[in-house]
Amino acid sequence: MTEAMHEPPRSRSTLDHALYVLRDNPVTLIAFAMFALLLFMALFGPLVAPYDPLASNTDVALKPPSAAHWFGTDNLGRDVFSRVLVAARLDLMISIAAVALSFIVGSVLGAAAGYWGGWIDTVLGRLLDTIMAFPLFVLAMGIVAALGNSVENIIYATAIINTPFYARLVRAEVNIRRNAGFAQAAKLAGNSDLRVLAFHIFPNALPPMMVQVSLNLGWSILNAAGLSFIGLGVRPPTAEWGVMVAEGANFIVSGEWWVALFPGLALMFAVFTFNLLGDGLRDIVDPRQRT
Amino acid sequence: MSGRLRAISLRILQAVPVVIGVVVISFVLTRALPGDPAVYFAGPAADEASIAQIRKELGLDRSWPEQFAIYVGALLSGDLGKSLSTGQPVLSDLATRLPASLELTLVSLLLACAIAIPLGVLAATRPGSWIDHLCRILVTAGVSLPTFFTGVVLIYVFYYLLGFAPSPLGRLDFIYIAPPATTGFYLIDAAIVGDWSTWAAALRQLVLPATTLALFTLAPIARMTRAAMLSALSADFIRTARAAGLRGRTVLFAYAFRNALLPVVTTLGMVFSFMLGANVLVEKVFAWPGVGSYAVEALVVSDYAAVQGFVLAMALLFVALNLLIDLIYSLIDPRIGFSAQ
Repeated sequence: MTEAMHEPPRSRSTLDHALYVLRDNPVTLIAFAMFALLLFMALFGPLVAPYDPLASNTDVALKPPSAAHWFGTDNLGRDVFSRVLVAARLDLMISIAAVALSFIVGSVLGAAAGYWGGWIDTVLGRLLDTIMAFPLFVLAMGIVAALGNSVENIIYATAIINTPFYARLVRAEVNIRRNAGFAQAAKLAGNSDLRVLAFHIFPNALPPMMVQVSLNLGWSILNAAGLSFIGLGVRPPTAEWGVMVAEGANFIVSGEWWVALFPGLALMFAVFTFNLLGDGLRDIVDPRQRT
Repeated sequence: MSGRLRAISLRILQAVPVVIGVVVISFVLTRALPGDPAVYFAGPAADEASIAQIRKELGLDRSWPEQFAIYVGALLSGDLGKSLSTGQPVLSDLATRLPASLELTLVSLLLACAIAIPLGVLAATRPGSWIDHLCRILVTAGVSLPTFFTGVVLIYVFYYLLGFAPSPLGRLDFIYIAPPATTGFYLIDAAIVGDWSTWAAALRQLVLPATTLALFTLAPIARMTRAAMLSALSADFIRTARAAGLRGRTVLFAYAFRNALLPVVTTLGMVFSFMLGANVLVEKVFAWPGVGSYAVEALVVSDYAAVQGFVLAMALLFVALNLLIDLIYSLIDPRIGFSAQ
């Protein structure tokens, strides 16, 4: 009852604050527009691409950008523009799947450790410390090498190295609210532990989690592209930004810059978008952390 | 001084469970190979009999705790297995290639600190000025740049277009002979024997990869320096120092900077984690003969012992670096050990 009475003004003020931040900081608005463009590329890229991203045509191999091929062609005569467009779906899919996995696993583990404490907390803390004791990209290399060289394993490896960040965040947020008045009231009203944890305490952790998700998406794209750059996961001839930069790097010393430049710029654009978005979301969610 | 000593020994003790955890995880990774690990370690040309022999040698026919004991025993005697591609023990391969990686990493870390710390301090003392905006742009761009892409762009601009840089192939142009190995760091070795033309050649090879890695590294350092300086400058003791009439320079360096340095040193741990990963990519781009490109070559030919040896070595190096950072922290933190004096 009290919750229903308090809810509308609170959400309106949150919305007001969000609008205020957006007006005050146009960069966040630009970040949302950039994000929309990325989503468009991922959803409709294969439909709007002017050429087949895999069709080679050696007559036009390694041609610089022109009206027919906006981003030029690579060593097999494939259209770089089409390949950059089509790759957006795969790159976003890998990073979103990895972040979603680590979000879920991290939330469950962190919430359990923060709520019940005891041996769950001790074991989880040790495990997370051990994961963080590895240089994370190197650990991802080791995991992919051990599990096998495939796209799914890139996703699992990226999810494993991301999980500690979520688990720690949720653990801290749950732990400080474990004995809060509203949680005890919900317990006394006859809710089970699991229900109090999932529907009363955990939602409080969501705002900072969203910021983490956004910053993490950019990092995951970089990570996955880095792994495929060194030959793990996605393999040629599949269009993926990291693989395309790796292929283009062979031609950079002879001056064919366009093969590597455009996929690299697309990668930077995606990472930059998620970082800006994360900073903007943090301003909305937690104004005290503004830098 | 006893307070400081106790803090140091406690910190060293805390590293022990972490090392144990690292060894357990790397054991799990070596045993999680798809299919039968014996088949992988035996190599592609092995027949049934040699696979069975490898299985016995690796102890794969025993229980897991026994296997773990054997693994730890081998580690303690420095045995990381044999590399399939080079035919050498992984440990000696890593040892010969580690100086190249360390030279690259340390030079870029020095370069990054030399740029990022003054930049962060200047940005914090002049908020809203052009240098503050420059700092913010560098910080945001730095974390969005894929290291391997920055490297490729730098090669294009400085090698292909301008011709300033030598060809991006390794530590030394083929017309020079590597200096006699004392430390394994070409810059130091060449300086020891006074061979300055080799020294200059090694430096020219080093500039581009080190810049690539530094561009990536300076973002978190500059961000942290700026934030730490801002919070130090707004502290009460700074206001008091100013009110007492101390010179601006004294307040800035002796009071604010010394305190702001602590969180910066702490971030170095995270920076090292990123650097050791980014190192792999930079070494691949510049054909730098370090441990990172060794691991990449091993990955391509499914040489798992070499890859797992690399992962374990990097993890242990990272644990050691974190320990070192915490020890430095306790040395420069003015609050630790003062009560006992």
